[in-house]
Amino acid sequence: MTTAAAATAAPDGALPGPGRTHGRALRTLVRNPMGVAGGILLLIVVLAGVLAPLLAPGPPTEVHFSTPFQQPATVGFPLGTDDLGRDILSRVLYGTRASLEVGVLSVLLAVVAGVPLGLLAGYWRWLDALVSRLADLMLAFPFLILAVGLAAINGGGLGNAAIALGIANVPAMIRVVRAETLRLAEADFVLAAHAMDAGPLRVLGRHILPNALSAIIVQATLVMPAAVLGEAVLSFLGLGIQPPDPSLGIMLSDAQNYLLRTPWPGVFPGLAIALICLGFNLFGDALRDALDPRTSGSGERS
Amino acid sequence: MTLLEVANLSVSFGATPAVRGAELTLMPGERVAVVGESGSGKSTLAHAVMGLLPGSGRVTGGTIRLRGEDVVRAPEKRLRQLRGRAVGLVPQDPMTNLNPVTRVGRQVAETLLAHGLAGRREAPGRAVELLAQAGLPEPGRRARQYPHELSGGQRQRVLIAIGLACRPDLLIADEPTSALDVTVQQQILDHLDGLTRELGTALLLITHDLGLAADRADRVVVMSRGAVVETGPARQVLGSPRHEYTRRLVAAAPSLGATVRERTPGPGAAPGAARPPAAAARPPAAAAGPLLAVEHVTKEYRLRGGARFRAVDDVSFTVGHGRTTAFVGESGSGKTTTARMVLGLLEPTGGTVRLDGAPVSGAATARGPARRAARRAMQPVFQDPYASLDPMFTVERLIAEPLTVFGVGDRDERRARVARLLDQVALPADVARRYPNELSGGQRQRVAIARALALEPRLVVCDEPVSALDVLVQDQILRLLRSLQDELGIGYLFISHDLAVVRALAHDVVVMRAGRVVERGPVDAVLGAPSDPYTRQLLAAVPGAGLTHRP
Repeated sequence: MTTAAAATAAPDGALPGPGRTHGRALRTLVRNPMGVAGGILLLIVVLAGVLAPLLAPGPPTEVHFSTPFQQPATVGFPLGTDDLGRDILSRVLYGTRASLEVGVLSVLLAVVAGVPLGLLAGYWRWLDALVSRLADLMLAFPFLILAVGLAAINGGGLGNAAIALGIANVPAMIRVVRAETLRLAEADFVLAAHAMDAGPLRVLGRHILPNALSAIIVQATLVMPAAVLGEAVLSFLGLGIQPPDPSLGIMLSDAQNYLLRTPWPGVFPGLAIALICLGFNLFGDALRDALDPRTSGSGERS
Repeated sequence: MTLLEVANLSVSFGATPAVRGAELTLMPGERVAVVGESGSGKSTLAHAVMGLLPGSGRVTGGTIRLRGEDVVRAPEKRLRQLRGRAVGLVPQDPMTNLNPVTRVGRQVAETLLAHGLAGRREAPGRAVELLAQAGLPEPGRRARQYPHELSGGQRQRVLIAIGLACRPDLLIADEPTSALDVTVQQQILDHLDGLTRELGTALLLITHDLGLAADRADRVVVMSRGAVVETGPARQVLGSPRHEYTRRLVAAAPSLGATVRERTPGPGAAPGAARPPAAAARPPAAAAGPLLAVEHVTKEYRLRGGARFRAVDDVSFTVGHGRTTAFVGESGSGKTTTARMVLGLLEPTGGTVRLDGAPVSGAATARGPARRAARRAMQPVFQDPYASLDPMFTVERLIAEPLTVFGVGDRDERRARVARLLDQVALPADVARRYPNELSGGQRQRVAIARALALEPRLVVCDEPVSALDVLVQDQILRLLRSLQDELGIGYLFISHDLAVVRALAHDVVVMRAGRVVERGPVDAVLGAPSDPYTRQLLAAVPGAGLTHRP
């Protein structure tokens, strides 16, 4: 295998860009039909969210008391209107945008808080006891109770929902990063770094973190759909985004009051939530398969 | 009648050919060794015979006949009958080839049950008999144990029991002992030898070890790049090889009897004029004493339950300036623990490590400038070049890292230094921009050596630097280490389990067993006339006695 690898590497004199590992991961990803499907779905969802102001036929909060409960495919209202005559398409687009905002913010929070704590816990044994018990404590708390508490203290709103969901996802991130750090701290190349008197900052920042990055990315793609769902749950309960701001959760909550009269105001936000989560989950699974060296076919033994 | 006949066999993985036109015949009861480097297709050949090609492997041409029956075209159902019944397999790695959650006796019994050779009632009893036959001590008790409760050698015996359970006509042993210590390897192979002779089983031994092939096989088949390059009686092929590749392989194999290298003269007598700045920078006051002095070093670990385990027990030795001290021992002898203490990566429980008279270990230098100075003067090269290089770094960054850490030079100077180092380890300059996973094992080990040399150390600690490499590459790396020593006057602490490699490189030898030094002295004295029974046992266990007395 080694000779074969050398032979294939030798002729292409022009060297590939940063990391052939990434090239290989990308190729594995592209070959996975589920991953491609997830990626396309994600692209559509993200574009819909980002371009919501351009795509939406009207403002999401504009009411038309003369035309409530319109059916989908009505002129002027492609997906119909709700009880107040608000355009459902506009509200779904803006709601998706809000969901993604909450998702991205809580992923950022989970990464910013979880990654350093995980690195520290994995690297220093004495800190591990402290950090890991803290993580256990947080895991023992249902995130909904945490969110209710935060909403009670700070009031609702997009930012607070993101903070509550981010904090809820910190312990899982700590565990993933800690496990990777424990594994990598035993690696020979880290030992070699110690032998050249590299300090902990260098070992953690230059060696362990870059090598743990793929695990962090995969964990982030798992946090994202959970946060999107979480936002919908919180808003449904009135603890997240506050009306009249559009949110998929609020739309569901409103729609259930007159579900028997017309199901459409509930169907479309529900579909949107399902598609966002499906996109992230499919893409995340494929990404994990592609980044995991054990599944990316590192070559058979002779 | 021939037992196995492989004619013009070709196997491909996808579009990549692994075996090209291989020929092999085996008579009943015959013992044949297939020798080659990794990637030569020797294991693929064995798997094809079993009808067990992994993944995308396909037989693309030729025939495999087992007792006249075509294996290539046989349906899966027939193959399942043949496997185990007609062909037994002893796989390479005893650590992963047993089911960790099933008692070993049951794993042997399952083989018997699968082939209907024993009923539910008598299978466990037969399994114990088979384990006893495979040389497992206390087979009745061991049969009720789980794999993790057995040592590597004992697990290999269980695998042999499984391989021979159905009395196959042919036993394929794929590197059966490469994961084991030499003395255990010898016991296992002796036993396997006796057993196959007794049962009249033919043996197809897949190995990278020429000495092993010479000792254990009647005939040898040499493979290179998927093709059989030479076949013949073991002594003839390895004693007077005809094919150029076999000649290179035999020449590269380190042997206990091979001519000892022209070693560098003793300390101080090295070619002084030709000394590069690295050696000249050595503090003159220190030249009198040894480069590295390890005195009464002990490492204790506390086990669960408060018991203490001495991994290293009162070990003392020295490494001279520009000389090589080899550290020899089997796994668990405390070699690597000692090396880590020397490097200051582990704190000894007792004793001192001095580099040029300055203490490396001890609370006083746990951090700070003294440790920094010691680390600059001492660099490691590890066993596995796949694990010792950070996969996210380019070669240039890898080699420059110690320079960056110590703040040596600016960016351009470091780049120039990396280019010189690459040249010193005989790698082309364009390797600098590559990543480790684009390099072969030998190239990676050269990068690791270049990194170790970057700070112009006086001592390089090599922990089994060639044991993960193929014979030809191993020879190249050993030559490189040797010429670097001659050129730069570096001292090596060279840890190895391979006495032949030690013989080829070391000036002095320390033999370790269970954390203690059992013998030490100049290499010729220790390996030529060992005084300790354990050293003698180690020497006798080294395969390849057949190669030593070649004309």
